[in-house]
Amino acid sequence: MTDVVSSPAGVIDKPARRDIGIKRRYRAERRFRAYGIAALSFGLLFLALLLWSVVSKGYTAFQQTMITVPVEFSEQIIDKDNERATDPQKLMTANYPIVARNAVAKALGVAENDTAGLRAVNQMISNGVRGQLRDMVLANPQIIGTTQTVSLLAAGDIDSAFKGQIDLSVTEQNRKISDRQVGWMNQLVEAGALGKHFNTGIFVNGNSSRPEAAGVGVALIGSFYMMLIVLVLSLPIGVAASIYLEEFAPKNRLTDLIEVNINNLAAVPSIVYGLLGLAVFINFMELPRSASLVGGLVLTLMTLPTIIIATRAALKAVPPSIRAAALGLGASKMQTIFHHVLPLAMPGILTGTIIGLAHALGETAPLLLIGMVAFVANYPTTPMDPSTALPVQIYMWANEAERAFVERTSGAIIILLLFLIVMNVGAILLRRRFERRW
Amino acid sequence: MNMMSEAAVEKALDKKMNDMTYKMIGNDVSVYYGEKRALFDVNLNVRENTVTALIGPSGCGKSTFLRTLNRMNDTIEGCRVTGKITLDGDDIYDKEIDVVELRARVGMVFQKPNPFPKSIYENIAYGPRIHGLARNKADLDQIVEASLQRAGLWTEVKDRLHEGGTGLSGGQQQRLCIARAVAVSPEVILMDEPCSALDPIATAKVEELIHELRANYTIVIVTHSMQQAARVSQRTAMFHLGQLVEENDTDKMFTNPDDQRTQDYIMGRFG
Repeated sequence: MTDVVSSPAGVIDKPARRDIGIKRRYRAERRFRAYGIAALSFGLLFLALLLWSVVSKGYTAFQQTMITVPVEFSEQIIDKDNERATDPQKLMTANYPIVARNAVAKALGVAENDTAGLRAVNQMISNGVRGQLRDMVLANPQIIGTTQTVSLLAAGDIDSAFKGQIDLSVTEQNRKISDRQVGWMNQLVEAGALGKHFNTGIFVNGNSSRPEAAGVGVALIGSFYMMLIVLVLSLPIGVAASIYLEEFAPKNRLTDLIEVNINNLAAVPSIVYGLLGLAVFINFMELPRSASLVGGLVLTLMTLPTIIIATRAALKAVPPSIRAAALGLGASKMQTIFHHVLPLAMPGILTGTIIGLAHALGETAPLLLIGMVAFVANYPTTPMDPSTALPVQIYMWANEAERAFVERTSGAIIILLLFLIVMNVGAILLRRRFERRW
Repeated sequence: MNMMSEAAVEKALDKKMNDMTYKMIGNDVSVYYGEKRALFDVNLNVRENTVTALIGPSGCGKSTFLRTLNRMNDTIEGCRVTGKITLDGDDIYDKEIDVVELRARVGMVFQKPNPFPKSIYENIAYGPRIHGLARNKADLDQIVEASLQRAGLWTEVKDRLHEGGTGLSGGQQQRLCIARAVAVSPEVILMDEPCSALDPIATAKVEELIHELRANYTIVIVTHSMQQAARVSQRTAMFHLGQLVEENDTDKMFTNPDDQRTQDYIMGRFG
């Protein structure tokens, strides 16, 4: 039996008076929560501000002002000497803007000898009508000599004025649209000939110096090619590299060095990748400039570290007991990885990949360096053709002076944001789908 | 089966055990983790159709020894094994031996139930599939049923074979893991504290199962519970500080051990 040592002066025998400051602790906790909510609200406020500013400026870009008038496809103007059977170029090069101008002038009652008036009318319709009417005639040459009701593209300034984006109260000299044109515009509105239509052009047209005819079609195709290249290259390379590093490679100085460098690469400014792409792919390998192939390769280099890091984290997160179970059953290392570890890591890998892709989709700086900032009006048919990308298109439009480009810039931003939202939602859905197996 | 024949089977098994047919022989087995030595020249033989229990305080090297028997230590970085371990006379650390084949012959059940996050059926079918044990779907179905029956799980899960294995209770999961190990027709089954994560009822079921499995397999089990070692095993080996202290018949071990340290450990004086 050991003796119980009695405590000196009976200090611990008395019930202790605890002074732990319960109230102070609760206050500290409440304060901390308040900080958190404040930080969150701050972030949300700016997000709301961003979305509001972009959407309020940009939603009008999805509507386009059109002038709907009966157009007389006059044989006199289109094919005076009736050569269209022998000369196929005839219908391609006919003076369609005059056809359109005459149609609008007739609707407005402008005399045929009022040269200044006709010129002013001409300024109200977009140059894009040339292609519009030409395509109609080429598709169906029978309409020559008849009168058809056509919705003609209005000029950018009329579009802006009709949408209320141009201040009409200033003096005539200080705006790009004359009083007479404003009068005509109102006359057409009253006749029901001038109105807003859904703007399919912004999705399908190539770039144009005229805002009313400019669209992100080329940029969409370019971005699509690049995303395809990034996905096809960076996913297999990234996943293979991660699996090797995580599961097979010996842990030594060299692999440590590689790991540190991959982490560093993820933090390298993207413009440096642009310079690398310029030096390697364009100057050394002599791939074409402005091609989405080069853009895709550069973005692949940029995305690889992100995917490798995400994949390694996902592989690490697979419980070791699963590996032990498979190995204990006599599965080889390859079988263990491909049958058990990889499927379990898939949600993490896919999320990392989609976030990497979304990052690449929004990347601008490296593309500027490899010449993707070019003015491209024609659709690229292969990734080797000159092309541009969505964020670069936004950058280019933001540099334009015309008022109508402001809304188009915001419109393109909305399109880009929509794609990013779709990709992120896709990441979440894929994650859910793979995680909710049991 | 009636009681008589069961007792007869038991007797035949005990006789076989006492004939000293060694399934696995460990000769001067030492294990190093980097610079640290975890096992010191262990000489331990595993008898056929016998449950051999490895006991000893934490960190004594019993799990390490268990894992040398199917080379699971290979997966640990910096782990080195010296000495010789044979399975039916073949050195399992020989360069000629394929570790994949070895692990098919020496199966393993782990401390924590670790079913694959797949269906019950897939959990069992995976092993036979990678080892090419089934020629067709019917074969595979049969292996799955037989394995589950052997693990005493068939009646509980036969109506939900295609539901997730992770949805079972802990005890059922552990029996699923045993069925999974059984499905590849191993000769030896290693169990690393298979009941430490289970409640007493599930433990009792697993112990009963181990007892039944003895008829067909050689079993080596690591356990922290003296009672469990006494209940399920015929031979017991006591480890301490990386050394094999004593290996003996379980009955003798728990009544009249040769070594004082065994006596002390079993009496609860240390460990």
